[in-house]
Amino acid sequence: MSAVATSPTHSQPDSDNFLIYSKGFLSWALTLDHKRIGLMYLVAVMASFFVAGILALVLRTELLTPTEWFLTPQQYNQVFTLHGAIMVFLFVIPSVPAALGNFLVPVMLGAKDVAFPRLNLSSFYLWVGGAIFFLTALLYTGLDTGWTFYTPYSTTTRGPVVAATMGVFILGFSSIFTGLNFIVTINTMRPPGMTWFKMPLFLWATYATSIIQVLATPVLGITMLLLAAENILHIGIFDPKYNGDPVTYQHFFWFYSHPAVYIMILPGMGVISELMSVHSHKSIFGYRFIAYSSIAIALFSFLVWGHHMFTSGMANVASLIFSALTFCVSIPSAIKVFNWLATMYKGTVQLNTPMCYALTFIFLFTIGGLTGLWLGALSTDRPLHDTYFVVSHFHYVMVGGSLVGFLGGIFHWWPKMTGRMFNDLWGRVSCLFVLIGFNLTFLPQFVLGSRGMPRRYAHYVPEFQELHQLSTFGSYVLGAGLFIALGVLIHSLMRGKQAPPNPWGGATLEWQCSSPPPFYNFSHPPTVNEPYNYLPLQYHGEELGWEYVHPSHTAAPSIHPAPTKS
Amino acid sequence: MLPIDLPMLLADKHATFWFPPAASTFAKDVDWLYMVILYISIFFFVLVVAAMVLFAIKYRRRPGYVGDSRPLHNNALEITWTVIPSLIVCWIFVEGVNGYMDMMTPPVDTIDINVTARQWDWSFQYPNGAISDQLHIPNNRAILLNMRSEDVLHAFYVPAFRAKSDVVPGRVTTMWFQPILEGEFDLFCAEYCGDLHSDMIKRHGVVVHDQAGYDAWLADAAKPPVNAVAHGFWLYQRMGCKSCHSTVEGTRIVGPSFAKSYDQTLRTAKGADVKFDQQYIRQSILEPQAEVREGYQNASQMPSFQGKLNEDQLSALTAFLVAMKDDAFIQAVADGDLSQADKESLGLTDAAGADAAGADAASDTGKSAEEPLEKPADEVPTEPASESSESPPAPKT
Ligand SMILES: [Cu+2]
Ligand SMILES: [Cu+2]
Repeated sequence: MSAVATSPTHSQPDSDNFLIYSKGFLSWALTLDHKRIGLMYLVAVMASFFVAGILALVLRTELLTPTEWFLTPQQYNQVFTLHGAIMVFLFVIPSVPAALGNFLVPVMLGAKDVAFPRLNLSSFYLWVGGAIFFLTALLYTGLDTGWTFYTPYSTTTRGPVVAATMGVFILGFSSIFTGLNFIVTINTMRPPGMTWFKMPLFLWATYATSIIQVLATPVLGITMLLLAAENILHIGIFDPKYNGDPVTYQHFFWFYSHPAVYIMILPGMGVISELMSVHSHKSIFGYRFIAYSSIAIALFSFLVWGHHMFTSGMANVASLIFSALTFCVSIPSAIKVFNWLATMYKGTVQLNTPMCYALTFIFLFTIGGLTGLWLGALSTDRPLHDTYFVVSHFHYVMVGGSLVGFLGGIFHWWPKMTGRMFNDLWGRVSCLFVLIGFNLTFLPQFVLGSRGMPRRYAHYVPEFQELHQLSTFGSYVLGAGLFIALGVLIHSLMRGKQAPPNPWGGATLEWQCSSPPPFYNFSHPPTVNEPYNYLPLQYHGEELGWEYVHPSHTAAPSIHPAPTKS
Repeated sequence: MLPIDLPMLLADKHATFWFPPAASTFAKDVDWLYMVILYISIFFFVLVVAAMVLFAIKYRRRPGYVGDSRPLHNNALEITWTVIPSLIVCWIFVEGVNGYMDMMTPPVDTIDINVTARQWDWSFQYPNGAISDQLHIPNNRAILLNMRSEDVLHAFYVPAFRAKSDVVPGRVTTMWFQPILEGEFDLFCAEYCGDLHSDMIKRHGVVVHDQAGYDAWLADAAKPPVNAVAHGFWLYQRMGCKSCHSTVEGTRIVGPSFAKSYDQTLRTAKGADVKFDQQYIRQSILEPQAEVREGYQNASQMPSFQGKLNEDQLSALTAFLVAMKDDAFIQAVADGDLSQADKESLGLTDAAGADAAGADAASDTGKSAEEPLEKPADEVPTEPASESSESPPAPKT
C-alpha cells in the first residue's frame, strides 16, 4: 500500500507558531487571529468562573446553618445574584462557543480564520466592556434581583437595575456578533471537499448554537431595554403600579432564556460527540441524527419557554401545550446519550482525562435530563417549582453538562492550543473529585426540593439542615476538584511535555496542523476526509502521537464498510 | 453531623424520606407520579451507567486487543430507543395533565379566603371578616384562596399540601386544595421577593382544625378587642406591621422600632425636624414616603395603607403607638403577644358587655362583617381607654 505521510510537524517552522510569531502586548490586544481571541476569551471566562465559583462556596458555607451566620439576608441575596448573573452571562453562555469555538471553528473547518476577524475582535471587547459595566453595577450598590430581574421587584428595588441591564445588553451584542460570525464562516468558508456532512459534529453544534444566539439574543436586548424604560420612564408594561403586568416580563425573559439554556448545553454536546468518538477510536454512532438533532433542538427551544411559568397563572391550555412541547425536546437529547454510548461499543476506549470528563458529562447530564421529567409534567412541577429540586436540576444540566463538557474540551484541545501535554493522572484525579463532589452537592438538593425547601432562602427551617450540610461538604469536594484541574493546567503550561500534532488520534482537521497551529492554520488547503474515519491513523508512540496517513487513491480502504450488527 | 442520621431526616411522623406529610387530597396523586417517574428514571439511569461502565471495561485499550473503528448502524436498535422513551414521556405528560387539571378545577362548594401577601408577611381574611396572620382551615373541606399582592411577586406554597401558586401584583390569582390531615403545617413564600424573602417562612402557618375547632376559632377571631390599644396591637399583629417594625427599643427590622417613639422629635431624610405626634403617625400610615426618617431612605419602601384601614382602625393603631411610650406596655408585648394577664394588669381588658356584644355581632350574621364601618372615630384616644363599655359593638373589617 502506497501512502503519503502528512506529518506537519516539520513542514511548518516553529517560529510560525501562533503563540509566538509576534510578540508584545499589542500583538495580542489588537490581534485578528481567531486563535488568540479564543485564548483571550478562555482566560476571561475562566476568571469569571473563578469569581462566581468562589461566591457559590460562600453561599454554601452560609447555608451550613439555618439562621444567620456571616451574611445578612441582604448580603446573601446580593451574593446569589452575583453568582447567578456572572455564571450565566459571563461564563456559561460564552464558555464553549466563544472560547473553544473561536479557537476551533476555523481550524476544524480547514479555514484560515473566521469570516469577519475584526467583528470577532470587537465581540471580545464588547464582552470585556459589558462585563466591566455589569460587574461595576452589581458591586457598586449591590444588585439583589437574582439573575432573572423579575418585575416588579426589579422596578422598585433601589439596586442599580438599569446599569446592570445595560451590561447585559452590551454582552448580548458580543454574543450576537460571535454567532453571526460562525454562521457566515461555516456557510461560506468551507474549503473544497468540506461538505455539510463531512463537518465534525462540534461544528454542527456550534452552528445550531449560533442560530439561537442570533435569533434569541435580540429578544433579551429588547427585554432589557423595556425593563430600563420601565425603571426610568414608567412606561407601564411590566409594573402593575403603572398598569403593566409582571407576567409579561416573564414571557419576554424566558423567550430568550430558555433558548439560552441550549446556548449553554448544545456546544457541550458537540464537545462530547468529538470526545466520545476520538477517545473510543470509533466512528460516531448516528452521525446524521446527532447533526440534525442539534438543529432541531435549536429550533424547538424557542417553543418551550412557558415551562418556567407553570405556577404563574397562565391559562391551562397554554400550560398543556408548553408541557407537551417540553417533552418533545427531551427525546432528541435522550437519543444523543444512547448514540454516545453506542459509540463506545466495540471501540478502543482510552480512559484518559478528556474521556473521563466525557463520561462524567454523560453520567451527570443523564440525571439532569431525567429530572426534567418531573418538572415537565404539570402536576409534579407545581410543588417542585422554585424549590431546590429546580436548582439541582439546572445545575446538573449547566454544571454537569456545560461546565464538565467545557472542561473535557479544554483537556482534549489543550495540547493543540498550547502545544503542551498535561499530567494525565492528576487530570483524572480532578475528574474523580468533580464527579463525587458534584453529586454530593446536588443529589441532596433533589430531596430538599421534594421536601419543600424553596430556593433563594437565606434562612430555612431546621429540619433541612443535615441535607444542606451534606450539600455544602460536597461543594468543597467539587471546589477541590476544580482547583486540582486548574493546577494541572498551570503545571502543564510551565512543565508540560511538548505535544505532538495529534496526541489522541483524532481524524478531524485540527489534528492535521502542528500543536500549536501556525498563525495561518494551514500552509495549503488541507485534504478533507471523513471526520470520524480512524482507519488511516497510525500510532507512533507517546512522543510522536498519531499520524494521518492519506491512502493513495488506488488502495483506499472502504470508508463505508458493510453495516455491522450491534 | 455528616453521616446522615435517618431518624433526624424524618423529623415529622407523617413525613417520608422524599416528602413532607401528605396533608391534602393532591398529595397522593402527586407523590404517586413522582415515585413512578423516579423508578423510570432509575431504570434508565442504571441502564446508561451500566452500559457505560461495561463498554469502558470491555473495550478498553490494552495490549492484544484490537477494536473495530468502523461505524455501526442498527435500525432496530435505533427505532427501539426512540419509540420507547417517546411512549413513556407521552404517558407522563398525560398523567401530569390529569393531576394538574385537578389542581386547577376547584369544586363548587368551597370556603373562600382572601390572602394578601406583602413584603414579608401574609394575612388572611375569612368570610366573616376575621383577619389572621396564620391560615386556619377546617379539615376535609375544599378551600379556595383568592390571592393578592401589595407589592412584588410572592408565591403561596404549602409543601404538605403539594400546592403552590404565584401571587401576582395587579391580579387576583386563585388556588384551591382540600386538607385531609389535622395539624400545623409550614407555609413558605416560594418566589423571591426581596431582602427578607426567607423570613416569609411561616412556621406552622397553616392550621387545620376539625370543623368544631374551626368554627370556634373563627368566631373568636372575628372579634377584635374593643379597647383601642389592644385593638391597635391586634391590628399590628395582623396587618403586616410587625414584619418590619419591632416593639423592642432600638431594634430595626426594616423600618424603625415603635418603642419609645411617641413625642420624640425626629430628623427626616430631608433634614427637617418633625414631631412624632398623632398627625405624624396618621401621615406615615397613609403616605409612608412623605416624611421618611433619616437613615431609612434606602430601606425597602413601606406600602401605603390608604383604603386598607378605616378610621377606627387608624385610631386604634394610633392608640397603640402612643401606648408604646410606656415601659410597662413595652414590657408586656416584648414576647410578641398581649396576653389576658397583661391586659388585666395594664387595664386594657374589654368590659364584659362589650365583649359579648362584639361576639354576637361577629357571629350572628357572617354578612355584617362586610359592611364598612360608617361611624368614624370622632376622637383619637390618647390614653389607654377605659370607657370601652360605651363603645359601639366591635369594629369589623
Ligand atoms: Cu426552559
Ligand atoms: Cu414573598
